[in-house]
Amino acid sequence: MPTDTEVFDKVKEALIDALGVDDDEVTAEATMVGDLGAESIDFLDIVFKLEKAFGISIPREELFPDDILTNAEFVNDGKVTDAGLAKLKDRMPFADLTRFEKNPLVQDFGNLLTVKDLCNYVGTKVA
Amino acid sequence: MRWFWVDRFTEFISGQRATAVKSVSLADEVTDDYSPGRPYYPSSMIVEGMAQAGGLLIDQLSDFSGRVVLAKIQKSEFFFEALPGDLLTFNVELDDILDMGSFVKGTVHRGDELQANIDLMFARLTDERFVNVQLFEPAEFCRMIRLLKLFDVGVNQDGTPISIPEHMLEAEKAWLLT
Repeated sequence: MPTDTEVFDKVKEALIDALGVDDDEVTAEATMVGDLGAESIDFLDIVFKLEKAFGISIPREELFPDDILTNAEFVNDGKVTDAGLAKLKDRMPFADLTRFEKNPLVQDFGNLLTVKDLCNYVGTKVA
Repeated sequence: MRWFWVDRFTEFISGQRATAVKSVSLADEVTDDYSPGRPYYPSSMIVEGMAQAGGLLIDQLSDFSGRVVLAKIQKSEFFFEALPGDLLTFNVELDDILDMGSFVKGTVHRGDELQANIDLMFARLTDERFVNVQLFEPAEFCRMIRLLKLFDVGVNQDGTPISIPEHMLEAEKAWLLT
């Protein structure tokens, strides 16, 4: 089982390769979209590279819970409901949703994931 | 002008790899006009050729109805310019297929010389988001694939020839009857 540092280094390598960012830009706190400039199509590339690097399988819905964010049962007036937040927490235990919970606008969800979240996620898959 | 950026396939193994060739000609508008007075075949067109060869390698797995589109150039390195008179050989291998997209790795050679490394990512237009979107008219698409000699050299991994999909043959028949 890889150490946290080994996971971070491999995730970092995948992000540098997929996003063309500099080594020092990929910090644990950096957000994928806001800080590293990832576009939706880049996530497919990142998933591919992570699957290869770690020999894991990443189902789309685990990292991109579109089914929750587009479900009227969990979204009201552009905001994720309490039930939706509970569902997201259940689906994405690796992600820190604290900041998002304060004003859970669906449109802001895309900028939620940080490098640390991604490392945590990979950590659960290789454990 | 047709959007053909390889001339024909010389090898095509379903779900595995393909080889295609492209003769660079001064008669190609893009070669002659891209840099007037100093003709060369633009690297962007070489990427497009790889996308066509790789895209067909992927789309053949779903009988050419997968609505495969180039999503991202993961890597493109060029080592010299392709000039009029050059014969380029495109080798493309299927790297991986995920539910969200597919990946190929490719090289381009002029004789024994490596001209380019090109890795590409493709996406599929899903029914949820692209209802009734058709990339090609099926009869025309079949004719394009025939012109590229894919069905002449294409084999399955057990060596049996690749069949022309029934839906394409039916589209061709319908087109001939109009």
